[in-house]
Amino acid sequence: MFYRECGNYKATYREDMAIFPIPLDKWGIFVILILAFLVVPFLAGHYWLISIIIPFLIFSLSALGLNFLTGYAGQLSLGHASFMAVGAYASVILYSRYGVPFLPSLLGGGLVAAVVGAIFGIPSLKVKGFYLAVSTLAAQFIIHWGISHSRWVSGGSVYSTVNTPDLYIFGWLVDTSMEKYYVALVIVVIMVLFGKNLVRSQIGRAWMSIRDMDVASEIIGVSQFRYKLLAFAVSSFYAGVAGGLLAFLYYMAANIEEFHLHLSFRLLGMIIIGGMGSVLGSFLGAAFIVLLPIFINRLVSGWGALFPVDLLANLELIIFGGLIIFFLIIEPLGLARLWLTVKDKLRLWPFPY
Amino acid sequence: MEGSNHPPMLEVKDVHISFGVLKALNGVSLHIKKGEILAIIGPNGAGKTTMTNVISGVCHPKPGRILFEGKDITTMPPHHVAALGIARTFQNVEIFKGMRVLDNIMMGRHLQMRSGFLSQGIYWGLGQKEEIRHRKFVEWVIDWLEIEHIRKTPAGMLAYGLQKRVELGRALAAEPKLLLLDEPMGGMNVDEKEDIARFILDANEELGTTIFLIEHDMGVVMDISDRVIVLEYGEKIAEGTPAEIKNNEKVIKAYLGTATRR
Amino acid sequence: MSFNWLFVLEVTITGLLVGLMYSLIALGFVLIYKASGIFNFAQGAMTLFAAFALVSLSAFLSLGFSLVGVLVIMVALAYVVERVMLRPLVARPALALFMATIGLGFFLEGVAQAIWGTQPRGLDIGITETSYDLGGILISKMDLFGAGLSGVLLFCLVWFFQKTRTGRALRAVSDDHEAALSVGIPLRSAWAITWAIAGLVALAAGILWGTRLGVQFSLTLIALKALPVLIIGGFDSVPGAIIGGLIVGSSESLAEVLLGPYVGGGIKDFSPYLLAVVFLWARPYGLFGREIIERV
Repeated sequence: MFYRECGNYKATYREDMAIFPIPLDKWGIFVILILAFLVVPFLAGHYWLISIIIPFLIFSLSALGLNFLTGYAGQLSLGHASFMAVGAYASVILYSRYGVPFLPSLLGGGLVAAVVGAIFGIPSLKVKGFYLAVSTLAAQFIIHWGISHSRWVSGGSVYSTVNTPDLYIFGWLVDTSMEKYYVALVIVVIMVLFGKNLVRSQIGRAWMSIRDMDVASEIIGVSQFRYKLLAFAVSSFYAGVAGGLLAFLYYMAANIEEFHLHLSFRLLGMIIIGGMGSVLGSFLGAAFIVLLPIFINRLVSGWGALFPVDLLANLELIIFGGLIIFFLIIEPLGLARLWLTVKDKLRLWPFPY
Repeated sequence: MEGSNHPPMLEVKDVHISFGVLKALNGVSLHIKKGEILAIIGPNGAGKTTMTNVISGVCHPKPGRILFEGKDITTMPPHHVAALGIARTFQNVEIFKGMRVLDNIMMGRHLQMRSGFLSQGIYWGLGQKEEIRHRKFVEWVIDWLEIEHIRKTPAGMLAYGLQKRVELGRALAAEPKLLLLDEPMGGMNVDEKEDIARFILDANEELGTTIFLIEHDMGVVMDISDRVIVLEYGEKIAEGTPAEIKNNEKVIKAYLGTATRR
Repeated sequence: MSFNWLFVLEVTITGLLVGLMYSLIALGFVLIYKASGIFNFAQGAMTLFAAFALVSLSAFLSLGFSLVGVLVIMVALAYVVERVMLRPLVARPALALFMATIGLGFFLEGVAQAIWGTQPRGLDIGITETSYDLGGILISKMDLFGAGLSGVLLFCLVWFFQKTRTGRALRAVSDDHEAALSVGIPLRSAWAITWAIAGLVALAAGILWGTRLGVQFSLTLIALKALPVLIIGGFDSVPGAIIGGLIVGSSESLAEVLLGPYVGGGIKDFSPYLLAVVFLWARPYGLFGREIIERV
C-alpha cells in the first residue's frame, strides 16, 4: 500500500532514466544519506566506526570496482587485492615522500593502480574466461613480489611496510574516528555516484554486452579490447583509491601483507553474495562479509559450549564457501536481487499478487 | 528497385575460406547494389552464414576480397566494419540476455554515441543530453517495431520471436547502410513472418537500407527480394531475379534432389 | 665467477622431479575439465582433505587399509559434490561453475581445518630423507620417489583414457555432452567417475606433497601453482600437464638459483605465473590445448 507505482507516470525520458524513479526510493536514499552524515557518527561508538563502518565503506568501494570488471564486464579477476596494494603504496609514497597533498595523492594512487591494472588486462585481447583469470592471479603474485622486494617502494626489507604520517587535509589534522569516517564517506559517496552514472550510460551497457555475448558485441561495433582495458583500468582505479583509504584511515600504513590472495577471494565473494552487476550489491556483499566474523563471534560466545572449538573457529570459512555456492545456485544475482524481490512484493502489499 | 550505374555498394570477389579441412566457401563472388534487397538461399551448410561472417569481419577469406563502397574491408576487424555502416542479425539470436530490451536497442546506437568517459561519469550535463537524444531515436525504433509493451523486460525472458525482433531493432538502431539479416524469420509462424517481412520492406523503402537477406522460406524470398543468389556446398550455382531462380534447373536439383532409380 | 655446471644440472633435475609432482596436481584439474568442462578450483582443498584423512586413518590402520579408506571417502565426497553442487548448475555458464568451485574450495578448507586443526601433521610413508650421489649430483630419495610415483600414475591414467572403454567414454563426454548422451553414455556416472579419479589423483598428490612439506594449509597454495602448468600445457591435455609441470618445475628452480641471489630471493613465488602470462600472449591455448572455436 505504501510502496506504490500507481500513478507514478514519467512524462519525460529524463524522469524515466533517473537513478531512483520511484519516489519512495528517492526519499529512502535521502534518509539513508542524512543518517549517514548526521546520525551515524554520533550514535556509533569509536569502536564501531573504526573497526566496522569505515572498513565497510572502503571495502564496498573496492567491491564496486571489482563489480565493474567481473559483474558488469564479465571478466573474472582473482587479483583485485593486489591493485588495492598498488594504490595504497603509491598514495602513501606520494604523500609522505613527495609531500603531495592528500586528495591528489589518493587520486595518484588510483591512477597508478589503474595503469598497472590495465597492463595486466592486456592479455584480454587474446584470451578470456579462466585464462584471463589466471593472468589476474599472476598479478597478485607478481605485484606482491614486486612491492615487497623493491627497496625503492617498500624498503625491500622483511617488514615491507611504509607508515603513513599524520594525515592533514586542507590543513586540518584528521585523527579522530569521526573525522576519518567523514573523509571515507564523502569520497565513497562521490565515487559511487560516478560509478552509478557510468553503468547506466553507454559504458555500462557496452560492458554488459561484452559479458553477455562478446562476439555479437564486437560485431555491432564495440571494440572489445578498448572496453575490456577500460574495465580493468576503472576497476583498478577504484581498488587503488580503496587501498589508499585503507592505508591512511585504517592501517595507518601501507602493508603488502594486508592485501593478500585471500582478500582477493573475499572481494569476489562479496560481489557474488551481494550481487554481480549491481551497485547496491557491492554494498550488501561488503556489509555481509564485514559483519560475518562478528556475527560468528557472538554465536560462538553464546553457544560455544555446544560445539567443538575448531569447528567454530573455521565456521567463517565454511559459511563463506557455502554461501558462495548457495547464492550461485539459488540466486545468482545475489542479495541485491533478493532485495528487489522484496520490493516487488512490497509494491503489491497487502495484495498477494 | 534498380540502382543507376553506380558501382555496387558491396562487392565480394572470389572469396575462399576453409575451417580446417572443411572448405566453406570456394570462390564465391557477388555484389549488391545500393537500395536493393538481395536474398541468399541454399541448403544447410551451403556457406550462407559463413558469407555473412566474412562480410562482417568475423573471419577473413584466404584468398578473396571484399569491398564496401569502394573500400577494401577484407581484413578489417568486426567493430571497424560496423563503423562503416554494416549491421547484422544472427542465425542464433545473439541478443544481450542480461539487459532490458531498451538497453539492447540502445547498444545499437553505440557507434553514434559521442560522450566520453568523464561526461558519462558526471552524467548531469553533456552525458544526460546524449542519453536522451539517443533514447528518443531508440523509442522511435521501438514504436516502429511495435514492441513498446516489452521495452523494460529483460531480453532473456522474451519469447524467441520477440527476441528476433529486438535483434532487428538493435541492428536498425545503428542506422546502417547495409543490413545483413541471417534467417530473421527462423522459427516463426505465418503471422510473425508477415510482420517481419513488412518491417524489412519498410526499412528498405522508408529508410533506404540495402538488405542482404538469408532466408529459407521461399515464399518470402520470392515476394520481397529484387535478386536472388543460390549457394550450394560453398559455391554459387545460380543468380538472377526470383522468377528466373524459380525455374532454374540447378536450383531445383539442389533443393529437391534428382529422381533415384529403382 | 666460475660456472658450476654440475650444480645447475642438479638443480635442473630436482626441478624436473618436482615438476612431475606439479603435473600430478595439474592432472586432477585436467581430468575434471576434460570430463565436465569445469575448472575445479577446489582441487587444492581436495588434496588437503585427502592428505589429512590419510594421516588420521593411518594412525590406527595400516597404510594399505588407510589408502583404501581415503579412497572411499574421496569417492563419497565426489558423489556429494556432484549431487549438491554440480547438478543444479548444469545449465549455467562455465564461469558460474568455476566460482562455485572457489566456494567449494573454501568450504572444504574450513571443514578440514575444523576437523583436523591448523597444525601441520607429519606424513610418514616409509621413505627416508636420504640422497643419492650420481656422479657428483645429489638427488633426494624423496624427490625420486615422488617423481616415480607421479610418472607411474600419469602413465596409468593416459593408458586408461586412451585404451579402456570407460576412458574413451569419458573422453566423449568431455568433447560433447549431448552427443555422448545420445549414444547412451550416462552423463552423471561419467562425471562421478571423473571426480572420483580426480579425488584419487588429489590423494596421490596429497601424499607426495604432504610427505615433502607436512600436511598443512599451504598445500592449497601448491595447487595454485598448478594453474601456470595448465596455461603452459593446455587445460584439457594430459601430456600438456606433464610437459607443463616439467617446464614449471625446472624453470622455477633454475630461476631461483640463478637469479634469486641478485634480487633478494622469492623468485619461485611468481616466476611460474610470469611464464604463464608470456604463454598467454604467445600461445593462448597452451602447448597442447585445443583451440576453442566459437560459431556465430
